[in-house]
Amino acid sequence: MDSDEDFMSAVSSEDDILPDDSENEDMSGGEDFDDFDEPDPDLGISKDFGQRKRVAYDIPFQVYKPADIQKQQDELVNEVNMILDIPKGEAAILLRHFRWNKERLIEDYMDRPRQVLEASGLALEPASLPKLEVLPGFMCDICCEDGDGLESFAIKCGHRYCVDCYRHYLAQKIKEEGEAARIQCPSGGCNLIIDARSLDLLVTPELTARYHELLNRTYVEDKDTLKWCPAPDCPNAIECGVKKKDLDKVVPTVSCLCEHRFCFGCILNDHQPAPCELVKRWLKKCADDSETANWISANTKECPRCGSTIEKNGGCNHMTCRKCKHEFCWMCMGLWSEHGTSWYNCNRFEEKSGLDARDAQAKSRVSLDRYLHYYNRYANHEQSARLDKNLSQKTEKKMVQLQKESGMSWIEVQYLNAASQALQTCRTTLMWTYAFAFYLARNNLTEIFEDNQKDLEMAVENLSAMFERPVTELADSKLKVELMDKTSYCNKRRIILLEDTAQNLADGRWTFNVELTGSAASSGPSNRA
Amino acid sequence: MSKRIAKELSDCTTSPPPGISITLPSDSDLHKWHVTLTPSPTSIYAGGTFGLVVTLPPDFPFRAPHIVFSTRIYHPNVTNDAAGNICLGLLKDENWKPGSRLRGVLEAVRGLLDEPNPDDPLEPRIADEFRREREVFDKNARAHVVSYAKGKPSFVVAAPAPAASGKEGKGGKA
Repeated sequence: MDSDEDFMSAVSSEDDILPDDSENEDMSGGEDFDDFDEPDPDLGISKDFGQRKRVAYDIPFQVYKPADIQKQQDELVNEVNMILDIPKGEAAILLRHFRWNKERLIEDYMDRPRQVLEASGLALEPASLPKLEVLPGFMCDICCEDGDGLESFAIKCGHRYCVDCYRHYLAQKIKEEGEAARIQCPSGGCNLIIDARSLDLLVTPELTARYHELLNRTYVEDKDTLKWCPAPDCPNAIECGVKKKDLDKVVPTVSCLCEHRFCFGCILNDHQPAPCELVKRWLKKCADDSETANWISANTKECPRCGSTIEKNGGCNHMTCRKCKHEFCWMCMGLWSEHGTSWYNCNRFEEKSGLDARDAQAKSRVSLDRYLHYYNRYANHEQSARLDKNLSQKTEKKMVQLQKESGMSWIEVQYLNAASQALQTCRTTLMWTYAFAFYLARNNLTEIFEDNQKDLEMAVENLSAMFERPVTELADSKLKVELMDKTSYCNKRRIILLEDTAQNLADGRWTFNVELTGSAASSGPSNRA
Repeated sequence: MSKRIAKELSDCTTSPPPGISITLPSDSDLHKWHVTLTPSPTSIYAGGTFGLVVTLPPDFPFRAPHIVFSTRIYHPNVTNDAAGNICLGLLKDENWKPGSRLRGVLEAVRGLLDEPNPDDPLEPRIADEFRREREVFDKNARAHVVSYAKGKPSFVVAAPAPAASGKEGKGGKA
């Protein structure tokens, strides 16, 4: 790729990236595809770590609107159309078959055109325009109708069916099964793919729209470097060169034109600085019942005879199981009868089974405390971020009010919006620092991390407190300057923290309590991370 | 589409494929077929007679027919229970083509009795046995024929074939 410089200029201000059409052609070449065993051409990720120390947490990406996506496809189709002298409709089918790898298509086609055409469902004869025909004595093999004047249709394989059956078949494929690029001839055992022009002829207008939408989808879904923005109703796609196998080295947060910030690796909302694998584990840990189990093991014991779970609810160590009436000592779990009269001073403390039980309990308690420490902070920031969001919805009102009261212009009150944005982003980052820290094994770098975390947290809390003051106070020009200073300080602290964590992650200097190159760093089925 | 079904039915009854005979449990319902299957003489199941219940969905032939064994059979690709579900690629909705013929499908089912497909099993244990201990498999298969597949087949299946409503929204990709 030759567009690193372009990318860099784009990421320097991530909030106002506009798709630059002049770059689009750059994206068409050099990508790899999973099903072709080629070494991954480097899209500049590892290179960037060396070059771009200043913004290690920030990765290059590009947003494409639907028109851009269409344009890219059209350009590829035109190129293939010109180079190979194949009609556009067939060029598109071939490109889809080759998952939009133009180079490979051209190479393969030059070598063995026959096999390529057959494999992608295109027969050999030059295409004649598809048309409906009325043939004498025709009977449709699907519905077995044979009326005079029955319109019929066949693609090149010659399997002919009446137009109604053909339409029914296509409607089912397009509408219900969401298929578009690879609909085969309705004949059993015939793998010929129905080309775009035949579809244009056959499907009803409302279905054509859906069909083209599905074709666009295959373009994005076939390419590993493209992903849809997951925000509801957002039609944009994002291109990013980060590979699944890089996800233990980088947290690829991207931001769409719709302002949704998400991780290109796992499609979840922005979770810097925590890598995808940790996020996945953390969310699972927080969602499932494992902590309930921890609580049980920390706070209860099992009756040594019947195994019923018992929570001690009084001070006396003489336990009688409600269920089996077994009497035992809560301290040592031994038989109560052996304690004689010295029950107040458990004399079997050193006994091994009792020791083991106590060890397990202590360990469990420590791990629970540790988890709760991080979880509470994580959850707290999550909640605060939500509240800040509500606040930001009120910000606009605040801004209008401020304008009225202070006589400032709309531009002049933008600092409130900036503060609100900063609060939300920083809170999200803070929230994930706690999930990150939970899995972080102590080494000499963790202290720096914790200092950064603390500094960011303090900056955020200061800003947050100030932001909640009444508008009348905020109009004061001294306070305005202070608020702006605090906002920029917050953003700066966040960047310092992200840079530090991202750089160390890229250099492999963190050690985690869990395996980061685990089996499921992302949601994709074929995982190489 | 009753024309198509009528044609398929007459195809299969006037010149039935080898080892296959069809009756309708109810003359008014063309969507339910009872098939009596006689394996080829070389099949390990030779000597038995098997019942198949074919249910054609309302939007047949745009959706695959549903076929189950109503006779218990010891086979890697058929559930070893009273439901008798079959694993056959041709019968899966995503592979089904409206141009496919029932005749071909029934022949394919009969073909399964000659050549089980252990690579795509419904009963992994039986598939494993088929691959590794063929003698044991053969013995079990024959024993099942003796216990279940002698005499006139019954057409009672445990779980009724799903009434192919056909409108399972697969719109998840939207």
